[in-house]
Amino acid sequence: MNRLLRFYHQLGSPPYFYRISGRLLPWFSLLCFGLIAAGLWGGLVEAPADYQQGDSFRIIYIHVPSAWMSLFIYMVMAVCGAISLIWHMKLAEIISISSAPIGASFTFLALATGSLWGKPMWGSWWVWDARLTSELILLFLYFGVIALYAAIEDKRTATRAVSILALVGVVNIPIIHYSVEWWHTLHQGPTITKFDKPSMHISMLIPLLYMAVGFKLYYFVVVLMRSRGELLRREANSKWVNDLLESK
Amino acid sequence: MNQRSLFRAFLFLLKRDLIISFRRRSEVVNPLLFFVIVITLFPLGIGAESKELQSIAPGVIWVAALLAAMLSLDSIFRSDFEDGSLEQLLLSSHPATVLVLAKVTAHWLVTGLPLVLIAPLLAVLLGLPGEALTTLILTLLLGTPVLSLVGAIGVALTVGLRRGGIIISLLVLPLYIPVLIFGSNAVQVASTGLPVDGQLSMLSALLALALALAPLPTAAALRMSLT
Repeated sequence: MNRLLRFYHQLGSPPYFYRISGRLLPWFSLLCFGLIAAGLWGGLVEAPADYQQGDSFRIIYIHVPSAWMSLFIYMVMAVCGAISLIWHMKLAEIISISSAPIGASFTFLALATGSLWGKPMWGSWWVWDARLTSELILLFLYFGVIALYAAIEDKRTATRAVSILALVGVVNIPIIHYSVEWWHTLHQGPTITKFDKPSMHISMLIPLLYMAVGFKLYYFVVVLMRSRGELLRREANSKWVNDLLESK
Repeated sequence: MNQRSLFRAFLFLLKRDLIISFRRRSEVVNPLLFFVIVITLFPLGIGAESKELQSIAPGVIWVAALLAAMLSLDSIFRSDFEDGSLEQLLLSSHPATVLVLAKVTAHWLVTGLPLVLIAPLLAVLLGLPGEALTTLILTLLLGTPVLSLVGAIGVALTVGLRRGGIIISLLVLPLYIPVLIFGSNAVQVASTGLPVDGQLSMLSALLALALALAPLPTAAALRMSLT
């Protein structure tokens, strides 16, 4: 068995995962805060103001990475859900469900910053633009996952239910997205001067990439922390958790 | 297990479900009444201005159909779950997806089809022009089975819960959005006299997709709910 495959299988064992995630967490956190700090400094201070939008474009450094994360986390949730349905891997279950609230928060953040940005640019807090609408629907899908998980008492059954729902959602997201886009073009909504993506200047782009990677690391850090907590709660009666408690 | 016995099992289950629902008429009538009442509320809330009513009619009818379909979902699996026959169905040697399909078909015949039949009447009440009526019937014919198929996933996930009702709406309504968009848009476009082939094709595609895929997660979710 090659090394990578062995590492993957070892990760499936709760005590191993707990140990290795504990060792990785400080490094991830450090890197994450470093990148976000660099991205914020570059974006808010160093990058020049936009020639059309002035300083208000700077919200892009929060808005775009959150929007990316909102989709990315849903995908992670669905993939982990599939893994947990197929191979009954405990860790995939835990990561899948620990991701849901984080993904919902990023979606909310993307919506909130989007509407803050929309006010000066479009003149209104909310327009029924295709992207805004599908992002809002994504938020509803996250709420559905969270509510279903909360409603089912037995948490292992709940995880299976959530995994099925997440997979159904993944099939539906493109359908919803394109139908909303189509609906929008058909309805001839208010003429929005959607700024057709100007190629960003490099001094604006680099902080954005820093922020994107920083947000991704932030997700890793938080999902690891949540998973560790959930793992301890689920395995509270097992030997390795007791050993862990005694050694402390 | 050969093809024929599978088909017979499908028909048998369909017939059984139809008989059960016709013995409990309220299950057939209540969603229909709900549909009619919700649509009657709109003119009262918005005003009897016929132009306004006419412009919102497609959306109102479709949203009401969505809500009526959602409210009737619980009856697909609930009583079978409670008396244990669902467990027996899943234990049978026939593939669960086909049996699920039979139950969903029965549910649509009992709750979806009446909506399709009564919708033109309500459309006339709301002042929808005559050209749009055929489109309305067609879109509902294509769309309401999708609602039942997709809704079955939501019911299967929540049938083990004592209070699944509110959660179902949270799970299922976002998934209904594409049907709503294409359905109401087709009717709207048809009332201005334009062709609606595109929307009808999209609805047919959604129906084909739902028919092929939705029974799989439904069966998986039922197994999960029964453990």
